[in-house]
Amino acid sequence: MTCQRIDTQGNQLTFASIPPNVGLKAALAMSRADIIDTVRDSKLKGRGGAGFPTGLKWNFAAAEKGEPKYIICNADEGEPGTFKDRVILTDYPDLVLEGMTIGARAIGAAYGLIYLRGEYAYLRSHLNHVIQARRDAGLLGQNIGGVDGFNFDVIVAMGAGAYICGEETALIESLEGFRGEPRNRPPFPVVNGLMGRPSVVNNVETLAWATCIFAKGADWFAAIGTDASTGQKLFSVSGDCAKPGVYEFPWGITVAELLAQVDGADAKAVQIGGASGRCVPRSEFSRQLAFEDIPTGGSIMVIGPQRDMLAVARNFLEFFVHESCGQCTPCRLGNAKLLEGVDLLAQGACSDEYLEDLKSLGQTMQVASKCGLGQTSPVAFLSILEYFGDEALGRTPTVQTSEASR
Amino acid sequence: MPITDTDRLRANVLALTEQYGCNRSALIPILQEVKKAECGIDSEAMQLIADVLDIHPVEVHSVASFYAFLQPELQGRYIIRLCRTLSCDLQGKDAVATALQEELGIGFNETTPDGVFTLEWAACMGMCDQGPAMLVNDTVYTRLTPAKVAEVIKECRTSLNAEVRA
Repeated sequence: MTCQRIDTQGNQLTFASIPPNVGLKAALAMSRADIIDTVRDSKLKGRGGAGFPTGLKWNFAAAEKGEPKYIICNADEGEPGTFKDRVILTDYPDLVLEGMTIGARAIGAAYGLIYLRGEYAYLRSHLNHVIQARRDAGLLGQNIGGVDGFNFDVIVAMGAGAYICGEETALIESLEGFRGEPRNRPPFPVVNGLMGRPSVVNNVETLAWATCIFAKGADWFAAIGTDASTGQKLFSVSGDCAKPGVYEFPWGITVAELLAQVDGADAKAVQIGGASGRCVPRSEFSRQLAFEDIPTGGSIMVIGPQRDMLAVARNFLEFFVHESCGQCTPCRLGNAKLLEGVDLLAQGACSDEYLEDLKSLGQTMQVASKCGLGQTSPVAFLSILEYFGDEALGRTPTVQTSEASR
Repeated sequence: MPITDTDRLRANVLALTEQYGCNRSALIPILQEVKKAECGIDSEAMQLIADVLDIHPVEVHSVASFYAFLQPELQGRYIIRLCRTLSCDLQGKDAVATALQEELGIGFNETTPDGVFTLEWAACMGMCDQGPAMLVNDTVYTRLTPAKVAEVIKECRTSLNAEVRA
């Protein structure tokens, strides 16, 4: 099968204006320490959702002695409502590979891997083609860009349909041929990652922005957005709006401003950050999308006035029951109990006392789960109860469960 | 001596180790290829893979059963995965689900008696801006309607018949 192309609407992305390999050339002219300083000065934070400072991550890995080191591109974009990485990998794969190469130079990595989610298998041949073209151009392989002794190559590894593998240690387990079950952290992958070696795991978008920072300068990037959240961010917008797609906005844009751009202003709520994110009601649409206010990996699901919020909560919990890796009890059983609870609420058969137990269970999961999946999975449920309690509670007893589209 | 299925499978697995290496990291790529070629990963295949990689067959089963796309059970030539996550749900996945079940005569998590189609739910597949969406093996279909479902199924049957004739 030839590579399938899926076009997505949206606004103009900065990535389209970055000339090829200018960033890489600029980086290769610097010392390793200066490359890391440049990323640190830009204050770039991880675009996958967690927002860890990229310069710091690269610095930790650079300081480690173990060999060989690895740069891993996390292309396991599984958060519901997120599809920006699909667009980047389709339209700007060279920026991502350039970013990986710059990162490899900075930390001294010899190998790179792109962990591509199984659902994006149709992008595999496209990426392999781009990688081969870069090898042919001397931009991957031996003595890259004429820099003596700078050897780095990239392969694509396929995921196999597991949301949890977007968690960096689960991703590494999967690359090593195991079940995608998260490891305890610390040690972090920068110290003990793939095959026990220092490994940097960066999101697709983070790597593409790193390239832009070297092409246009750390000052350019740091001047955009807010003090604590510099630069632009790609947002994947879907749901009840007239213009869904991938949009680039500076950090700090308010929810209301974003909704106006995508023709979704009559929304009653917006789910920000995917299933693991929070549900934001109209009364909070003046809040900012930024690490210091509402942090997000960019998933924006617009929920129109006609929708049943309990059905929304049910949809997410069904997702988590399916995607929990099952390793720790709070997540494995907690999500199942919350899903049962939503069904009881929908049937008008949940007592106030049991509802309090469910809330308490959700809070326990947030602190007792081993990884981000179980720590964040109750958030949507709890925020919907908080903001839409009137709608969720006091249903007329019935035996039917409802779904959002009914 | 006639070539048995076991011989054929062993040769295939050995060829895969040439491509992906003969170590633990090769397990998932090998399972992906076997699943694709055989539509399932039976206990014999697991034992063969375990022998070649020098690990216990339970390890192979443990990994295969963990990943949604590596289910050991025998499935259809075409695995249809309809997204049920919120954005596709809001855009009308229920009507598409009904059309798929009617067209195929099976429910979700079932395979047609002729072994051609398996119908499954999928978690978000990153097509949220153009749902409802589904994957048929590695090919993605977006903005689905009941009418489009019928076309896609017909397309699959046509290409299967062409394969059989060739």
